[in-house]
Amino acid sequence: MKLSLKVWRQKDAKSKGAMVDYSLEGVEGDMSFLEMLDVLNEQLIDNGEEPVVFDHDCREGICGSCSLQINGEPHGPDRLVTTCQLHMRKFNDGDTIVIEPFRAKSFPVLKDLIVDRSAFDRIQQAGGYISVNTSGNTVDANATPIDKHAADEAMDAATCIGCGACVAACKNASAMLFTSAKVSQYALLPQGQVEATQRVQSMVRQMDLEGFGNCTNTGACEIECPKGISLENIARMNREYFSANLKG
Amino acid sequence: MSALIKSSLARKMVMALSGLFLVFFLGQHFVINITSVIAPDTFNSWSHFMGHNPLVQFLLQPILIAGVVIHFVMGFTLELQNRAARGVKYVSYKGSANASWVSRNMLISGGVILAFIALHFYDFWLPEITHKYIESHPEDPTRYYAETVHKFEPIWRTVLYIIAFVLLALHLLHGFASSFQTMGINNKYSSAIQTFTKIYAIVIPFGFALIAIYHHLNPITH
Repeated sequence: MKLSLKVWRQKDAKSKGAMVDYSLEGVEGDMSFLEMLDVLNEQLIDNGEEPVVFDHDCREGICGSCSLQINGEPHGPDRLVTTCQLHMRKFNDGDTIVIEPFRAKSFPVLKDLIVDRSAFDRIQQAGGYISVNTSGNTVDANATPIDKHAADEAMDAATCIGCGACVAACKNASAMLFTSAKVSQYALLPQGQVEATQRVQSMVRQMDLEGFGNCTNTGACEIECPKGISLENIARMNREYFSANLKG
Repeated sequence: MSALIKSSLARKMVMALSGLFLVFFLGQHFVINITSVIAPDTFNSWSHFMGHNPLVQFLLQPILIAGVVIHFVMGFTLELQNRAARGVKYVSYKGSANASWVSRNMLISGGVILAFIALHFYDFWLPEITHKYIESHPEDPTRYYAETVHKFEPIWRTVLYIIAFVLLALHLLHGFASSFQTMGINNKYSSAIQTFTKIYAIVIPFGFALIAIYHHLNPITH
C-alpha cells in the first residue's frame, strides 16, 4: 500500500506548526495505524530527519495514551477503537491521510502530535475518587450489596480511558462526556454517595476552569468515543449537579 | 449559588428552559393561527382577547420577549465561548461523520429565526402597538382576520415566512429533544420523547407555512 500523509509538525509548544507532506510505501493492511507511523519514522530517521512525535503506550486500546485526529475524526474512521487498534486495511492504496493532534485550547500541543491532556487529570483530582482508608482494614468488595444493573452501568462509565476523543470530536471542545463518565462511575454506586454532592460540584467547576466548551448535545462525543461511553452519563451528571446545588 | 450561576451547566439549563418556554408558546400561537383558516370569527375573538387582556399584554408578553432575548443572548454567548475553546482550528474536521447538520448549526437556524422575529414584529406587533397605544383607534374586534390575510398578499412576504418556518423546523428538530437531555432526562422514555419532539418540530412549522400559503392563495377581494 502506498500512502500520502499530511502530518502536523510543530517543534515545541511555543512554535507555530504546519502540515508537512510525506510519501510512504510498503504499508500492510495488518499494520496498526501507529505501526504505520513507526514505518514513517524509520524512513525519516534513515533520511536524517527528525521523527514524528506521537503519544502511545499499551497499544491495545486500554491506556488512553494514543490520540490523533485522522482524516477529521479522533481515532480515525473506525468505531469503538483507539488509534492503536485502527488497522491500515481501513484505508486504500493511494489514499491521502491527514493526521493532526487533538485540538482544544485546554489540550495545548507540546510537540508534533502530542498534546497536554493534564486538564483531565485535574478534573479527576477535583473529585473523581472516594475517600477510603485502604491500609489495614480493607473492606471486601462484595461486602456491600450492589444492584447488578447499577454495577454494570457504573462499570460502563468506568471504561472511559480519558483519551480526550470526546473533546477532539466535539465542535465546542466540550469535556462533558469525560467528566460525566467520571462522575457517573461513583454516582451509581453506594460507596460514591458520601461525597456525591461535593464531587459533582468540584469536577464541574474544574471542567469550566480548564476552559473546555459547552455541550450542545450534538452527540459527536458518543459516536467517536472508543469505549462507547453513553450520553446518558451527561444527563446523569446534569441531574447530579442540579440536585447537589439544591441541597446546597 | 454564585458558582451555580457561573457554571456551564446552568447556562445550558437556561437555554433548555427558555427554549422549552418558546416551544410551548409556538404551540399556543399555532392553535390561534389555525383558527384563521377554519373559523375566522374565532380567530377575531381570540386575537381580540390576546390583544386586550391586561394579563397577556402586560405580564405574558414581556415574559415572552424576555424569553426570546435570554435564549438568543445566552446562545450567542455560549457560541463565542465554544469557538474560543477550540483554539487552533483543524485542517480537516469531519463534523458530518458524527453529528447531524442541524445540531452543528443551531446558530445559523437561530439567526434566521431571529431575523424572522424582527420581520414578524415589524409586520404585526408594531402596527398593533401603533394602532392601540399611539394612534388610539377605537377597537374593532373583527379587524384581525382581514389584517392578517392582507399581510400575506405579497408573495415575497409569504416566501420569507416559509423559509423561516423551514429553519424553525430544523432548529426544533435538535433543540426540543436536546432540552430534555440537558434537564437530565435520558431514560426508557427518551425514545418516545424523541418521537414526540420530532413530530412537533415538523408539524407546527409546517402548519404555520400552510396557514401563510392558504392566506396568500385566498386574499380578501372586496
